[in-house]
Amino acid sequence: MSVPFESHGESVPEIRLSNLTKRFGDVVAVDDVSLTIGSGEFFSLLGPSGCGKTTTLRMLGGFDLPTSGRIELRGRDVTRDPPDKRPVNMVFQSYALFPHLDVAGNVAFGLRRRGVDRREAQQRTGEILDKVHLAGYERRRIHELSGGQQQRVALARALVNEPQVLLLDEPLGALDLKLRKRLQIELKRIQMDVGITFVYVTHDQEEALTMSDRIAVMHHGRIQQVGRPDDLYDRPTNSFVADFIGSTNLLGGTIEAVEPTSAIVRLNSGDRCVVATTGARPGQTIQLSVRPESIGISGANGRAADPPGPDYLPAQVEQVAYLGSAVQYLVRTHGGLGLTVLAGKNGSRFASGDAVALAWSPADALILGDRAEAVVEEAS
Amino acid sequence: MTERPSRWLSGFAALTYAFLFAPIVILVIFSFNDSRRVFIWQGFTLDWYPALLQNDRLLDAVWITLQVAALAVVGATLLGSLLGLGLARLRFRGSGGVQTLLLLPMVTPEIVVGISLLVFFSQLFGWNGSMGQIALAHITFCISYVAITVRARAASLDPAREEAARDLGASAVGTFRHVTLPLLAPAIAAGAMLAFALSVDDLIITSFQAGVGSTTLPIAIYSSIKFGVTPQINAISSIVIALVGLALLISWRVGAFRGPSARPVDADAEEGSA
Repeated sequence: MSVPFESHGESVPEIRLSNLTKRFGDVVAVDDVSLTIGSGEFFSLLGPSGCGKTTTLRMLGGFDLPTSGRIELRGRDVTRDPPDKRPVNMVFQSYALFPHLDVAGNVAFGLRRRGVDRREAQQRTGEILDKVHLAGYERRRIHELSGGQQQRVALARALVNEPQVLLLDEPLGALDLKLRKRLQIELKRIQMDVGITFVYVTHDQEEALTMSDRIAVMHHGRIQQVGRPDDLYDRPTNSFVADFIGSTNLLGGTIEAVEPTSAIVRLNSGDRCVVATTGARPGQTIQLSVRPESIGISGANGRAADPPGPDYLPAQVEQVAYLGSAVQYLVRTHGGLGLTVLAGKNGSRFASGDAVALAWSPADALILGDRAEAVVEEAS
Repeated sequence: MTERPSRWLSGFAALTYAFLFAPIVILVIFSFNDSRRVFIWQGFTLDWYPALLQNDRLLDAVWITLQVAALAVVGATLLGSLLGLGLARLRFRGSGGVQTLLLLPMVTPEIVVGISLLVFFSQLFGWNGSMGQIALAHITFCISYVAITVRARAASLDPAREEAARDLGASAVGTFRHVTLPLLAPAIAAGAMLAFALSVDDLIITSFQAGVGSTTLPIAIYSSIKFGVTPQINAISSIVIALVGLALLISWRVGAFRGPSARPVDADAEEGSA
C-alpha cells in the first residue's frame, strides 16, 4: 500500500535532494533544488518543458552529474555513483527498448546483468509480464508491439529488478489521450501493488493530479511549490502554480479597506471585490487568483436592485464555449477586466452580449504571495 | 502516389541499367563460349570453368587474393568500426572536419593512393612488395568505407538505449557488448562486405604494392590480357562478379543500407483486449 509521506520526521527519507544544482555551460537547468520523498510515495515533478524536471530525474538516475548538491537514497550518498551502482531504475520517454532482443530478453536484461540465473530470471520475467498484462508475449519482438504494449514492456523491464525507486520520464507522452488515461490508472494500480517509490516527470498537470501523492511544481529550474494535489489546486502559493495547475483568473489590485477577517480589494480595472484574509494592510498591492468554476454568473436583472459594490461585478458576456460537461464564458466587467467563468450546463444560459452579474465567495479569491507582474498586466 | 511511372521514365531507367550491365552480361555469356577466340559465338560449353582448376598461376592468384582480402576485412572492419563509432559519439573542435577528411580516401585517385603508399612503404621501411604490404594498403583504403557505414548507424541510435543498459546494471563494457555492438552489427557486417568487395577487385593500388610471389587475381587477369583474352579470363571474371555481387547482396540484406529502423507507429488495435 502506498502511504502518502507527510511528515519529514526522524525516519530516513527514501530520497533526499539537498541544494541540487545543474549547469550546462551558462544555462542553469536545475537551481538549488531540495526535496525529500517518502517511501512508497508516488511523487511527480511537474512543469513546462525546460523547467529542469527531466534533468532532476536524470541526476537521480545517475545519467547527469550535478554541478553541486547532494543526492541521498535511504541516507546513502549516491551523488557521484554511476547508474549501474544505484538501486533505482528508469522508464525512458522513448522506452529505449532493445530491438535486438525479444520481450523476455528485454525484461530479463537487468536480472541477467546482476547475475540472477536463467531459470529464476525466466520465472520473475513471467510474473512481472503477468502484472502488466503481457503474459504470453515473451517471444514477441519489440517492433511487433503497439506503443502501449512497448510502454508496459519498458515498465516491466524496470520493475522486475525491484528497485528502491522507479523513475519515470513522461512515460505516457507518446500515447494517444484515451490510452494515456487508461494507463494512468493502470500505473497507479501497479505502483500501489508493488509499493515502490515512483518519481514521475510530466508536463501534464492533469496527469500529475490524477496519480500523485505529492507534486513538486518546477519552473526555471526552481521548485515553486510542493504539496498534495488538492494543496496545489486550492492553495497555490504563487501565480505560476495557480496558473499552471488548472486554469485561473489572475487579478492585480490594491487593498482598499481592511475588516477583521476580510478586505476589500480595488482591482487594477477599477472593479471592487471582497477577499477573505487576515493581516492585510490598506494600500498593499496584491495578486488574486480566482478559479473560473468559483465565479457565479447570473442575469444582471436579478441584481438590478442591489447597489453596485464589492458584492458583485456587473459584466457583459463576450464569448460562449460549450465544453460538454460545462459552459465556459469569457466576460468583461464594466471596468474592462476580462475573466473566464466556468458554469454548470444546467444553470441559466447566457449568450454573447448579455449583461450578467459575477460574484464569488470571498474565500475563493486567493491572495498569492508574489511577483509575476507580467501576468497581472495581461489580466487587467 | 500510386500513379504509374511514365513510360518514358521507365524506358530511360531501363536504358541506363542496360548501359551499366550490358558489358558484364556479355562477359558472362562469353564465358560459356565454345571457342578460343573470344568474340565469336561458337556454341555453349562449361569447359572453361573446370579448366580454371588446371591453371596453377590463376589458382595461386586466387589464394593470395583471398588471404589479402581476409586480412583487409579484419583490419579495416576493426579499425573502421571503432573510428565510425568514435566519430558518431565524440564532439570535439574540428570533428566536422575530421569527418569530411574521412571521405578523402574515397575520392582520391587510386593512382595517387597507390604511389603514395608505395613511396611510404619503400622509403620508410624499405619494403618492396609482399602480401602483407598489399593487405596494409587495402586496410588503409577500406577503413573509410567501414567507418562511414558504421558512423551513420551509430549516429542514428537512440542514446537512451545505452543509458537504459547502464540503468539496468550493465557496466560500460557490458553495455557495449550487450547493446551497442548488437545494434551496430548490421552496419559492421555491411562494412566488412564492402571491404571484401573492394579488396578482391582492387588493381591499381595493389599493382604498386605487389612483388614477386604476391600476384593477386586482378593483377593476374590484367597481365594475361596482354597475351590475348581467353574465355578462361571471362570465366574467372564471372566468378569474381558473382562473389562480389554476393558480398554486396549480403550487406544489403543485413539492412545497413536500408537506413535506421523507424520506431513503429502507434497502432493500438489490440490494446483493448489487454
